Amino acid sequence: MSLQDTTPSSKEPVIRCNSVYKIFGDNASSMLKKANGVVEAAKFQEAGCIVGVNNASFDIHSGELLIIMGLSGSGKSTLLRCISRLTDATAGEIFIDGEDILKMNNKQLIELRRNKMGMVFQNFALLPHKTVLENIAFPLQVKGMNTNDSIDRAMEMVKLVDLTGREDYYPRQLSGGQQQRVGIARSLAIEPDIWFLDEPFSALDPLIRKEMQDEFLRLQSVLHKTILFVTHDFDEALRLADRIAIMKDGVIEQLDTPANIVLNPATEYVRKFTEDVPREKVLKIESVMDPYTPNETLSDFTVLKSAIIETVAEMILNATLPIAVVDDAGLTVGTISAPKIVHVLFGHNEKNRGENAL
Amino acid sequence: MITLFRQYKSLQFILLLVIFYLLNHFIAPSDNNLLWRLPAALSWFPLYINDSISYLMFEWWPIDVYDPDIEEFEEKPVVREITRVLSGFILFLIEFIRELILGGVKTIVTFSSWDWATANPWAKWPGLPWTVVAGGATILGYALAGRGLALLVGLSMSYISLFGQWEPAMQTLSFVLIAAPTSVFIGLMFGIWAFKSKTVETILNPLLNMAQIIPHFSYLIPVMVFFGIGDHAGAIATVIFATPPMVRLTLLGLKKLGPEVAESGMMSGCTSFQLLTKVLIPTARRDILIGVNQVIMQCLAMVVLASLIGAKGLGIDLLIALNGLKIGAATEIGICIVLIAIVLDRLSLAWANTQVDYFTDLSFVEKHKHSLMFLAVFIIGIALAYLGQFIFPEGFNYLYIVPHNKGISIAIFLQSGVDWIWDTFFFALKGFNEWLIISVLMKVKGAFLGMPVIATFTLVMGVGFIVGGIRVALTVGAFLLFIALTPWWDRALITAYLMSVSVLVSGIIGITLGTLCAQNAKSTRFILTYCDTFQTFPSFIYLIPVMMLFGITDTAVVIAIIVYASIPALRYTVEGLLSVPQTLQDAGTMAGVNRAQRWLTIELPMSFPHIALGINQTVVFALSMVIIGAMIGTDDLGQLILGSLSDRNGVGNGLILGVCVACIGLAIDQILRTWANQRKLALGLN
Repeated sequence: MSLQDTTPSSKEPVIRCNSVYKIFGDNASSMLKKANGVVEAAKFQEAGCIVGVNNASFDIHSGELLIIMGLSGSGKSTLLRCISRLTDATAGEIFIDGEDILKMNNKQLIELRRNKMGMVFQNFALLPHKTVLENIAFPLQVKGMNTNDSIDRAMEMVKLVDLTGREDYYPRQLSGGQQQRVGIARSLAIEPDIWFLDEPFSALDPLIRKEMQDEFLRLQSVLHKTILFVTHDFDEALRLADRIAIMKDGVIEQLDTPANIVLNPATEYVRKFTEDVPREKVLKIESVMDPYTPNETLSDFTVLKSAIIETVAEMILNATLPIAVVDDAGLTVGTISAPKIVHVLFGHNEKNRGENAL
Repeated sequence: MITLFRQYKSLQFILLLVIFYLLNHFIAPSDNNLLWRLPAALSWFPLYINDSISYLMFEWWPIDVYDPDIEEFEEKPVVREITRVLSGFILFLIEFIRELILGGVKTIVTFSSWDWATANPWAKWPGLPWTVVAGGATILGYALAGRGLALLVGLSMSYISLFGQWEPAMQTLSFVLIAAPTSVFIGLMFGIWAFKSKTVETILNPLLNMAQIIPHFSYLIPVMVFFGIGDHAGAIATVIFATPPMVRLTLLGLKKLGPEVAESGMMSGCTSFQLLTKVLIPTARRDILIGVNQVIMQCLAMVVLASLIGAKGLGIDLLIALNGLKIGAATEIGICIVLIAIVLDRLSLAWANTQVDYFTDLSFVEKHKHSLMFLAVFIIGIALAYLGQFIFPEGFNYLYIVPHNKGISIAIFLQSGVDWIWDTFFFALKGFNEWLIISVLMKVKGAFLGMPVIATFTLVMGVGFIVGGIRVALTVGAFLLFIALTPWWDRALITAYLMSVSVLVSGIIGITLGTLCAQNAKSTRFILTYCDTFQTFPSFIYLIPVMMLFGITDTAVVIAIIVYASIPALRYTVEGLLSVPQTLQDAGTMAGVNRAQRWLTIELPMSFPHIALGINQTVVFALSMVIIGAMIGTDDLGQLILGSLSDRNGVGNGLILGVCVACIGLAIDQILRTWANQRKLALGLN
């Protein structure tokens, strides 16, 4: 029923992680060998090791936006840094376009970063001595592009992130949101296939954060990058992700689409996150619709399968008959009825009340 | 009882003082009593150093070297050969810059021979008219930071020229222009190396601590032995002295950067070299620049001392003027040194802050504006110098160079001003001087010298124990023991006395004045500017006014130290008070504290760890000044170091004496730093 399952991915994944471990400590690798793949955090901690990432395996396909969500210390940033090889994973395999980056030498790695990867940082990490334009042109210049071409290209990026007129400012003269726009522009300057974002909006005020998320969605709708995005904000994850990986103590607790995570949390930990999520704001009709059986009596309206429940709830709840759900081409792909909506939105609370009454 | 003791450090201190007093009282001076003075068990050490060095220099590992004069191979020791080549190279660089400005034949001789140069009198580097050099420097200032800096540079250069100090000033400048960049480069390299390797950092750290406290003089002696005397030796001594702060600040700056900056560089695809040069160093620029600044300061501080081992320039003139008690002339030269310091300081800062404009579409003239301006100045300057030949027919072409001591001089006025002060305030000054010496300094000195060695050890190690436990007590004990086993314990006590008196007064002045000034924004700005400016002055300069007022006495030294050493105390106090968090201030306000309560209960406790670090700096400043005070005439370690400078076998003595001075500083540093760190931890600062 998930969207991801319905889109066939015959192509090779862009990023593939295979049993990736990252353990900090002096004798981490020898301990890991002895542990035979079963890592208990407590045992390692006794030996003075800290488990950062514990057996992470997943694929990310071209154009997909995977969000790694977790609280601080859950290992989400460590996992991201393993995949960008800012730190070396203790064990496992990480393939980028089929090549194991853990086996790459420094030169290959630099080549990879110069051509395929871009990264945005939580605290922007702009170079304080360079202007906006110079910061954006920086990855191009270290690659060896000449000044004129790199500045021209950087100027395009300035336009892309809406900073025209501020290209000669220094980072310290910009607001947080503007600085992060520079960070985004810099990470996109080399036209990377893979885009890493490490809590890019966490250091921003709520309103700016919302604005930057919109900006991010706009960019992604134009660029279609393969994205690995780290955040501790569950709402942000729900809002942006194609799929979400929820991490706790280095372990991926659940990896699924936002709708599936909200509707079917795999563990108690995940359920706690989903409890207070306003479902009508998160779920799309397609993730709650019933299958369509021909000859069913339907009302005169239709709804788009990609519509968020909130936006069509009034219409559905006021209708006496089930409503047809159609895709972009106008074909009916399912039906939705008022009782189903009521159940999805309020059903999980019902159970609680029953228990309370006892 | 014991628990009470553990809790109340003040009780421990009182007990310590009581024991100290009793020891002081009951141990009588006697040559045989080990509790009074330890035997000079280390007196063989200086001789051993002398022997090792002369073996190294004159015997170890002989190699065959071709001597062009006798056209034969000769056997020479390798170390001497290396230092000789190095000296020659450095000397060539200095001469090259010097002759570029002042003219001469030595550079040409290097590539030919004296005979050839004498035979061809036309082959002489002409040198530039002073107007061209001054104009060029002004344009440089303009290009880097606009009119303000240009004005400063122009006026400074004109002063130097018009007051007839051009030649020595340019000699000094040529020497600094080699020493400073070398120091910066070496310091940067070591700083980066220490940043990359933990082992290097661990090895470098104690060395840097030591290097900062060993007095300038001590560096001169071994340098003199290895490299002889002359400009190159002065430059080498300067480099050795000026590099440690650069290393330290480079390391500090790089370590302060968060991991994200390096990561962003790596993700931008930097090679490790690009990461270093384009990301890390520029981002750590602030601290590295402070390092550059310090290097320039140290270089100019060394200008005078380097003249003791043959560096030409303003230093030697200043030394001669001071020796002859010519305060007026000394002041004029002192101002020149300060001006050079300030100009170099501002130029280097401005250079580091330059930016590029990518979009302005400039014409040829605009693009090369500054080069064209220089070309104009060059042509006009040379034309003027040419015309000058006809304007000043009596031999001195003022438009080419104002000869030494043929410029304007206000020395006479200054001197008469000094004389006037002497005449007018003679009795007041003399009275104060005598009172201070007889009633204060002599008594304190007597008390210091009357301390049995066991009492000193008990006091210092006791304080170390109370502050930082057995480890600190043993460390400071080891420092003291080293001094006690040399033949110079008494001299060290005199150094300690001069330092203690001055640090006490400096500390009080610094904290009081700092607190007063921190009360409002205007006076804060003023006092920080004051600190910045006075810190740029080479320490030697401070001796001029005090000698003027107090002559050659301990008073002069003590006052010079106090003025010089209260700068860090002041600065750290102001900074400490300013760094008290606003929320704490607000909490105090809402609790209804008055001004005095705020200071006593909030500001002082919160800022005191920082102030303690300031006092630590005060100690370092005071020690360096005490030793320089030897020039005025003291009878402490510094005087002996100065003495060993003119002694053929002075290396060993000079070095060990220097280490003794460093031990005093390091012992105090150990105690103050431990305490400050503990307090910072307890207050949750950092």
